Amino acid sequence: MTVPADWYLIVAGLLFTIGAVGVLIRRNVLVMFMCVELMLNAVNLTFITFARNLNDVGGQSVVFFVLVVAAAEVVVGLGIIVAIYRRRVGATADDLHMLKG
Amino acid sequence: MNAAYVILALPLAGFLVLLVLGRKMGEPVAGRFATAVAVVSFAAAVDTFFTLLGRSGDNRTVVQSIFAWVPVAGLHVDFALQLDPLSVTMALFITGVGSLIHLYSIGYMHRDPHYPRFFLLLNLFLFSMLCLVLADNFLFMFLGWEGVGFCSYQLVSFWFERERPPAAGKKAFVTNRVGDFGFMIAVFLVFDHFGSLNYRDVLVPLMKGTPGALATVTATGIALMFFVGAAGKSAQLPLYIWLPDAMEGPTPVSALIHAATMVTAGVYLMARLAPILHYAPDALTVIACVGALTALYAATIACGQDDIKKVLAYSTISQLGYMFLGIGAGAYTAGLFHMITHAFFKALLFLGAGSVIHGLHEQQDMKKMGGLRKWMPITFSTFVIGWLAISGIFPFAGFWSKDDILAAAYGSHGQLGKVLWAVGFLTAGLTAYYMSRQVALVFLGEARWKEAEHPAEAEEGAGLQGKPELTQHEPVAQSAGDHTQNGDHTESPGEPHEAPWPMAVPLVVLGFAAAVGGVINLPWGKWDLLTRWLEPVFPAAIAPEPHVATAVKVTLAVLTVVLCLGGLALGLLPWLRTIYHPKLEPAVLKNAWYFDEGVSAFVAGPGEELADFAAYRVDKGVIDGAVNGVAALTSLGGRALRKLQTGYVRNYALGLAGGAAALLLYVAIRAGG
Amino acid sequence: MLVAVAVPDAVVFVVAAVAIIIGAIGVVVSRNPVHAALNLVLTLFGIAVEFVNQQADFLAAVQVIVYAGAIVILFLFVIMLLGVDREENVAAEPLRGQRPTALVLAAMVIVELAVLARITDWVTGKPSTAGPLNGNGDNIAKLGQSIFTRYLFPFEITSALLVIAVIGAVVLARRPQRVASEMTLEEQEASRA
Repeated sequence: MTVPADWYLIVAGLLFTIGAVGVLIRRNVLVMFMCVELMLNAVNLTFITFARNLNDVGGQSVVFFVLVVAAAEVVVGLGIIVAIYRRRVGATADDLHMLKG
Repeated sequence: MNAAYVILALPLAGFLVLLVLGRKMGEPVAGRFATAVAVVSFAAAVDTFFTLLGRSGDNRTVVQSIFAWVPVAGLHVDFALQLDPLSVTMALFITGVGSLIHLYSIGYMHRDPHYPRFFLLLNLFLFSMLCLVLADNFLFMFLGWEGVGFCSYQLVSFWFERERPPAAGKKAFVTNRVGDFGFMIAVFLVFDHFGSLNYRDVLVPLMKGTPGALATVTATGIALMFFVGAAGKSAQLPLYIWLPDAMEGPTPVSALIHAATMVTAGVYLMARLAPILHYAPDALTVIACVGALTALYAATIACGQDDIKKVLAYSTISQLGYMFLGIGAGAYTAGLFHMITHAFFKALLFLGAGSVIHGLHEQQDMKKMGGLRKWMPITFSTFVIGWLAISGIFPFAGFWSKDDILAAAYGSHGQLGKVLWAVGFLTAGLTAYYMSRQVALVFLGEARWKEAEHPAEAEEGAGLQGKPELTQHEPVAQSAGDHTQNGDHTESPGEPHEAPWPMAVPLVVLGFAAAVGGVINLPWGKWDLLTRWLEPVFPAAIAPEPHVATAVKVTLAVLTVVLCLGGLALGLLPWLRTIYHPKLEPAVLKNAWYFDEGVSAFVAGPGEELADFAAYRVDKGVIDGAVNGVAALTSLGGRALRKLQTGYVRNYALGLAGGAAALLLYVAIRAGG
Repeated sequence: MLVAVAVPDAVVFVVAAVAIIIGAIGVVVSRNPVHAALNLVLTLFGIAVEFVNQQADFLAAVQVIVYAGAIVILFLFVIMLLGVDREENVAAEPLRGQRPTALVLAAMVIVELAVLARITDWVTGKPSTAGPLNGNGDNIAKLGQSIFTRYLFPFEITSALLVIAVIGAVVLARRPQRVASEMTLEEQEASRA
């Protein structure tokens, strides 16, 4: 017997939650970004699991595209971070609170 | 019947012409024009009268519609005239006495800087009063009702540059308004019950007097509410307070409006309502009691007044009380008879007083007059006729009308009627007393005016003294300023002069009328002309004359005459000797039973508290508070929600996570359930 | 759930799962961003192994090449260039209530996901929309066919997206050029040289 799909889903769920907690807790922008990547990976895992479970290759196609978009996102995101860090070095997520109401 | 609406149209036209061209016409053209208008209107009224007379007794009600005023479904009101004996009688004496007073005013208002405005207002007043009496529905009547109230206000405060006339005018208007409130409620009740405001629909069906045609409660409600209006307009307790103050207006105004015509509007209204009153015996009792009480009350006050016009004002209130007593006793004809005779002699008395004031250069304090019969013979002789008439001395007009009322009162309302008679009887005596006192002080005795200060010196101090409103007992001020120059005096300045002919002629005419006016309704056989004439309006079915045996009537009449002669003597004798009788003029009478003080204390005290409460606690506190409260709530809500916007991205992410968790929870529950 | 699983499969799964979780926790709690990046790599490798376990060979390879090989390198470059290797004070939390709430929400989410996983019927029995995955044939071939026929449009769009991202990154990272009118004559000469 192969590994049942539930186990993979549990792992993916855990991974996603850990990534979410990381985004909420960390202040360093890059680390927050990495946690977002964690969440994306969890989603990928879920898709692959279901592709196998439901015998549908569409799941893997989606993962393909998620990968591409994640890459593009990282590119642009890091560009923004570079632009921000030029202004004030050592900025954390908490330093950008000018929209405080 | 085309002449009928000439009666109405001409004063209106006169008013409009004077409005536009009055100032250009100036003195004396404006005055003559206005008087001509009034005379032609009178002629038209006479013509209408004879036309009606030419018809048979049952056929004397004509309704002429001029145009449809309110052609709305459910409420159809026309500008329409009802010409029946009652309205034509009213129109006759309104235009008749009105014309005489127009003529008189030409002389009285001589050299007044606002001469054209006076006549414009007099014409407007005539028009309004004629609207009131000639209307064929309650709404048109109300138009006239309000119109005369407005004209009264304008004319009382005619010399608005002074301090007291505007206040008096306002008081008149406001008090009238209180009465009008009752009138309007009555109109609403009429419309609610009858579905129409025309006399044809409201009053005519009730003329047969069928029992049960109108519920007592409804009738009483309508009658009493209309009576509130009548009490306001005709100065009965407690809404009389404006009439003494209204003496601030020029004397012709006092004669026309506050003696002969406007104040009789209330009496006319009650007479019109005879069919409704028939179904409301309690209302009749109330009317009779109020009338009698007012008559006595005002007569007592008149005994203590020093101003020549104030005495006549209170006398008017008292006589109006008599008229309402007559109406309340069910003797409509008697009440109207007294109204007509009163118009004659009261107008006469006022015009005579005006002549005295004019002759003495605006002196109004009786204590400063005296012995004027030598200098003003015409005024004196006509005044005597008026005095005898009002005192109810045989055979002058007042005797007949007053006795009719007293006899009717005696015979009505059972035991209460006797009490009412006693009140009226006592009042007749008092009337004789105070009028004799007035004659003695003004025309007989020593010429005290010779010692009085020269009017020119008194003028500076006189005009603006005292509080402007609500007090009637302050020292009599000279009516300064209405004549800028006294150039028409040929005698040495300071001596009284007789009235010029425009003023004298009306005095003579009215004197004649007051003397022989009783002839229109003598109580024997075929001589009760007025009763027969008015019979279609007051059929026996709804207005049975109170039954009093002839012997009783004669006894009562004799008693009254004796009392009045006694009053005459009591009035003349003490006052001829000296003018100082403090016991006969207690302060309570001089100050009119402190009624005005009571009213102003009430207004200043609870009234103002109520107003304060409404303005500050209710308006500012509750209403503004509610509006501001909503704004404050919104602001609070905003401030609270603002705390959510920390500016930290991680907090917002937390919000996202929270929302996601909530959604998942919802899904889990739904899927599980 | 606790069915009989072939031992090799189970072992591979467990090892990879442990690696994933450890890497994830490492990313979250590392003070040094470089350490976080390395932990990320661990997680990504674990994920790749899980991919392979589920017959997603091509994607596993792409995962390692793109994610672990390119993206994490990018991260490290940025860390290196901007000197963000200073250690962050992970212990302190300036925002009140952030940590407890985050942990509570995390717990909630896990529980809910578990519940949902248990009660939901994942298999609907409908035929596959894109094509069968299991069975004979290469994974790559099947994937390629799916991408280039059925999902051609998204493929083209994502290509365009990549180009746009590259251009965007270049624009973002550029130092702002001063306009000629703002500069003096000497500065213009200097910039052109």
